[in-house]
Amino acid sequence: MSNHATPQETTVAHDHAAGDHGHGAHGHGAHGHGAHGHGGRPGWDFAHPFPVWGLVAVFISLLFLTVITVAQASLELGGWDVLLSMLIATIKASLVVLFFMHLAFDKPFNAIVFVSALFFVALFIGGTLSDSRLYSDVLEPQYDEAPAELTE
Amino acid sequence: MATTEALPHDATAEDHDHGDHPAFLAHHFDTPEQQFDSGKLGIWLFLVTEVMMFSGLFCAYAIYRAMRPEVFVGSSVFLNTQLGAVNTGVLLFSSLTMAWAVRCAQLEQHRMLVGMLGATLGCASLFLGVKSIEYSHKMDLGLLPAGFYSYDPHAVHHHEGLSPFLIWMAAPFAIATIGLLVWYVIAKVRKNAFQSLVAGPLLAAGLSFFAGVGLGMLLESGESTEGVEHVSESAEESLAEIGPLVGEEEGIHRQDPVEPTGVEPIDAADAENEPAVARATGVVGQLAQQETNSGVRQQLLAEERQAEMASGRITTSAEDVTGPVGELVQAIDTPRLGGVFFSIYYCITGLHAFHILVGMGFLTWLIVRAARREFESNYFGPVDYVGLYWHIVDLIWIYVFPLLYLIR
Amino acid sequence: MATSATHAGYAADNYLNHSRGLASWLFTLDHKRIGVMYLIGILTSFLVGGLLAMAIRAHLMAPDGALPLTNDQYNQVFTLHGAIMVFLFIIPSVPAALGNFLVPVMLGAKDVAFPRMNLGSFYLWCFGALFLVGALLSSGLDTGWTFYTPYSTTTDTSVVLATFGAFVLGFSSIFTGLNFIVTINTMRPPGMTWFRMPLFLWATYATSIIQVLATPVLGITLLLLIAERTMHIGIFDPEYNGDPVTYQHFFWFYSHPAVYIMILPGFGIISELISVHSHKGIFGYRFIAYSSIAIALLGFLVWGHHMFTSGMSNLTTIVFSALTFSVSIPSAIKVFNWLATMYKGSISLTTPMCYALSFLFLFTIGGLTGLFLGTLNTDLHLHDTYFIVSHFHYVMMGGTVVAFVGGLFHWWPKMFGRMYNEFWGRISAAIVFIGFNLTFFPQFILGSRGMPRRYATYDVEFQGLHQMSSIGAFLLGFGLLVAGLTLLHALFKGKLAPSNPWGGATLEWHCSSPPPHYNFAHAPVVGDPYEFDHIDYDRSIDGYVFTSPPREVLPKTPQAEPATAKDSHS
Repeated sequence: MSNHATPQETTVAHDHAAGDHGHGAHGHGAHGHGAHGHGGRPGWDFAHPFPVWGLVAVFISLLFLTVITVAQASLELGGWDVLLSMLIATIKASLVVLFFMHLAFDKPFNAIVFVSALFFVALFIGGTLSDSRLYSDVLEPQYDEAPAELTE
Repeated sequence: MATTEALPHDATAEDHDHGDHPAFLAHHFDTPEQQFDSGKLGIWLFLVTEVMMFSGLFCAYAIYRAMRPEVFVGSSVFLNTQLGAVNTGVLLFSSLTMAWAVRCAQLEQHRMLVGMLGATLGCASLFLGVKSIEYSHKMDLGLLPAGFYSYDPHAVHHHEGLSPFLIWMAAPFAIATIGLLVWYVIAKVRKNAFQSLVAGPLLAAGLSFFAGVGLGMLLESGESTEGVEHVSESAEESLAEIGPLVGEEEGIHRQDPVEPTGVEPIDAADAENEPAVARATGVVGQLAQQETNSGVRQQLLAEERQAEMASGRITTSAEDVTGPVGELVQAIDTPRLGGVFFSIYYCITGLHAFHILVGMGFLTWLIVRAARREFESNYFGPVDYVGLYWHIVDLIWIYVFPLLYLIR
Repeated sequence: MATSATHAGYAADNYLNHSRGLASWLFTLDHKRIGVMYLIGILTSFLVGGLLAMAIRAHLMAPDGALPLTNDQYNQVFTLHGAIMVFLFIIPSVPAALGNFLVPVMLGAKDVAFPRMNLGSFYLWCFGALFLVGALLSSGLDTGWTFYTPYSTTTDTSVVLATFGAFVLGFSSIFTGLNFIVTINTMRPPGMTWFRMPLFLWATYATSIIQVLATPVLGITLLLLIAERTMHIGIFDPEYNGDPVTYQHFFWFYSHPAVYIMILPGFGIISELISVHSHKGIFGYRFIAYSSIAIALLGFLVWGHHMFTSGMSNLTTIVFSALTFSVSIPSAIKVFNWLATMYKGSISLTTPMCYALSFLFLFTIGGLTGLFLGTLNTDLHLHDTYFIVSHFHYVMMGGTVVAFVGGLFHWWPKMFGRMYNEFWGRISAAIVFIGFNLTFFPQFILGSRGMPRRYATYDVEFQGLHQMSSIGAFLLGFGLLVAGLTLLHALFKGKLAPSNPWGGATLEWHCSSPPPHYNFAHAPVVGDPYEFDHIDYDRSIDGYVFTSPPREVLPKTPQAEPATAKDSHS
C-alpha cells in the first residue's frame, strides 16, 4: 500500500510511555474519546483496563449463579422453573455482557446494536413460536413402529 | 512462523516509533482510537449475527419443547448434568481469563498476556475434552439425530474400552498434542525463547483436552452405577409395565418413557395395578438420586392419574388408537420423538463446539502475536475483539446449559 | 476518439491504472477495484439468469412447451433462474458492486473500514457462486429458489450444494453490510454529519442493517435444511415430526427483509438520479432518509404475508396482513418525495433519468399490486399464480434492476472515466420499459384468471397472453443487450468523462473520473449533497464545475501523492 505520505497536520508529539499502568487506576470511564491521559492527543491512549478485583468478582458471581441454577433445577416449580432458569441465565449473561464485554463502559452505540439484536431475536422467536402454538394441534404426529423385541 | 529475530523486539523501539501512522495503524484510519472503534463496532455487529444465527436454533428448541414437552423432559434424562455444570464452570473461567487478557494487553503485560490467552485456550480445550466424552457416550448408546437414532433401552450395555467415536474425536487432538510436544522440546533444546513461549501454552492446551477427557470419564463412570442410562433404562423397564400415563391435562406435560407394547397396555396395567405404585416409587427413588433428573411430584401425579385411568378406561394398543390417547401411550425414546430432541441437542451444542474450535484458532493466533509483543496500549484491538467473540460463545452456553441439561 | 489526454476531469493516475497486472486486481484491497470485480461477477450472473429467463419464456410460447424440455427440466430452469437472480445477482447487485465503489467516495473516506474483509466477502461470493453453479452442473435443482420442505428434503437434486452455496453467499452479504455500517459510523470525515450524507448512503445503511440482522437466520435455516437432508433431524421434515411451516417462518424471516435488501439500494439510487438530473434539491430529505430506516425495520414485521395459504393460524395471518400494509407508508413517502423533487425541476432527460422515470412507473405498479396480495381474501385467489410472479418482477426487476441499470449509466463515467452514447442509452431505456411492460403486464391478467406459477404447460386459452409475455421478454432482453453494448462500447470508444458530467453535488463528483487511488487528491469540502446553486455547466469540458467556494477543491492536476480525506479539518 503504499507510496502515500500522509501530510502531518498534527504536530503534537506523542509522549506515550511504555507500560504505563496508571490507567488501571482510572478504571473505566463511560467516555470513549480519550483526550485525557498524558500528552492529550486526541485519538490516542483510549484504553480503560478493567480492575482485576472487578473481573474476579464477576466471575465469582457467575459461579454462584451457576450453582443456584443447578440447585433450582431440583426444586419443583412447575411451569415456573423454565422462567426462573432463564431469569438466572439472563442475569449471568448481563454480567458477562456488561463487565467482561465492557458494554457498561463502551460507546452507547454498541449497546444499542446489541440490545436491538435481542429485540429482533424476540420478534423472530415470538412470531414463529406463537404461530406454531396456534396451529400445532392440527399436526398429525408420526410414530415409529415399536421395535419387535420390545413386544414382550 | 516468526523468525527468531521477531521476539526480542525491543519494546522501546516500538514505543518511540509514534509517527502519525505507526505500523499497527492501517492507512485508512487517522488515529488508533478510530481504528479501535471501527473494529469494535464491527465485532459487535458480528456478534449480532451470531446471536441471530443461534436464535434460529433456540427458536426450533422452543417450538418443539412447547409442542412435545414430554419428549424434552424424558430425553434430557440422558444428559449428564454434572458434565454440563463442569463445562459451564470451565467456560466461565475461560471468560475470566479472556477478560483478564484484554486488561494485560491494555497494560502491556506481555508475558502475562500470553499466560492468560494460554489459560483461555486450555479451558476451551478442556471443554471440548469433556464434550467429547458426552458425545461419544451418547453416540455409543445410539442417542443420535432422528435419522440415525438407534437407542434401544433393552440393548444398553456398558462399552468396555474406548468408544470408537471418542477415538475419532480425540485423534486430531492427540496428533496436535504430540506435534506440539515435539515442537516445545525442540524449542527448549534450541533455547528459542519465542518458540517456547508459543509452544508452551499450546502444549498445555493440547494436554488439557485429555484432562477434560479424563474428567469426563471420571464423572461419567461415577454415574454409571447409578448412571444416567442405568436409571433411565430401569425407569423405562418399570414404567413399561405400568402402562400408559396421562399427563397432558392441567398443563402438566410430563410423560415418562413408556414403550409401546404389542400387548394391550390395559392388561399390563390391570394386572399390575397395585404393584405399579410400589414399583413406580422405586423408580422415583432412583430418579430422585439423580437430583436434577426428574420432577418427583409430577411423576407421582402422573402415576395417580395413570392408576385412575387403568381402573376405568379401556385403551387399546398404540397403533389402534387415534387422537391424544394414542399420542400418550407412545414411548418417547423413538427416532421420531426422542430423536428430535437429540437433533436439537447436537445442532445447538455442535454449532457451539464449532464456535469453540474457531475461537481456539483465534486464540492461537493471538498467542503468537502476543509472544511477538505486537500489542500495546494503543493497539490491543485484536485481543479485545477475540475476547468479545469468546464471551458471546460463553454467553450462548449460559443459555444452553439450563435449556438442555436442566429440563424437568 | 483520442480526445485530449489532459481533459479537465480525467485523472491520468487513477485507481484503474495505479498498479498493473492481474495480481494487483485479485489481491487488491481498494474498494473501487473490489466493486468493479463484483460488478463483473454479478453482471455475468445476470447474463446467466437472464438467459434462463429467456428459456422459460421461450418454452411458454406454446401450451405444451415450445422447447424440447421435460417438465422436470423446466422446473430446474425456473429454479436456477430464481436462485441465480436472487442470490447471485440482485442481493449483491447494488450494495456490493455500486455500493462498494460509491460508499467510501460519497462519504469522503479513503476506503471502507475493513478492506481485507471486503476482499474476503468478494471471494466468498465467488465461492458461493461456484457451489450454485456446481448444483447446476451436477444434478440441477428443482425446488424453487425458496427450498421449501418437505420437497427439498425428498427431491434427489443437489439441494445440499445449492443451499451451501446460498449459505456462503449469505456470509458474503453479511460482511458487506457489516463493513458499510462500520464505515458509515466511524469513517465519516469531519463535516460529514448524518444529515449531510447522500440518500444513497442512507439507503445503503438501511440495507446493511437488514443484511446483518436477517441473513444469519437464513444461514441457520439453510444449515438446518442441510442437516435435515443428511441426518433427518426432524425439525422441518414432517416424516420425522418436523414442521414445514416452521421452515417457511425461518426462511421468510430472512427472505422478506431480503426483499428490502434488494429494493432499498434501488431507492437510494433513484433518490440520487432524480435529484441530480432534475438539478433540484431533493424534496423531503429527512423523510426519505428516515423512510429507508423505517422500511428496513418494518420489513421485519411482515414476513408472514408469504405464508397466508401455508397453514399458519388464522390469527397470525390477520396480524401479518394488517402489518403488511404499514410498509406501504414509507414506500409511498419516497415516491411522493421523488415526484415533488421533479416538480419545477430542470429535468434533463439523460439516460439515467429515463431509467429513473421508468422506475417510478414500474415500482408504483409493483407496489400497488402488492396491496392485492397483502389482503387476505384476494391473496387466497392470487396466491401462487402469475399475478404474484408479475408483482415481484415489477418490484425486483422493474424496481431494482431498472434502478441498477440507471445507476450504472449514472456512475459509469465516474467508474471508468468514459462517456457512453447518450442516444443509444435512451433507446435502451425505452426498449426496456416497453419490453418490461409487455412481458409482465399480461401476467397480471394471466394470474387473476387463474394461471398458476411454475407450470411448464398451460391451457390453450392462456396462449395469447403467454405469447405476448414471451415476446415482451425477448424485447426486454434485447433492450438490456443494447444497454450493455452501449456501456461496453463506452469503455473502449467513449470520450473521456469530465469529473462531473451531470452536475451532481455529492462528493463522488468532486474527485476525478475515474477516482484516484485514494479517492481524493485533496480533502473535499463537505456541503449539502443536494445544493445545486453553485454548480454550472462548462461547455469547454462538457461537464459541470463547482463555482463559488468549492471551486478550489477541484483537482486541477492529478496528484502523485494523494492527501488524506480529513487533514484539512479538525
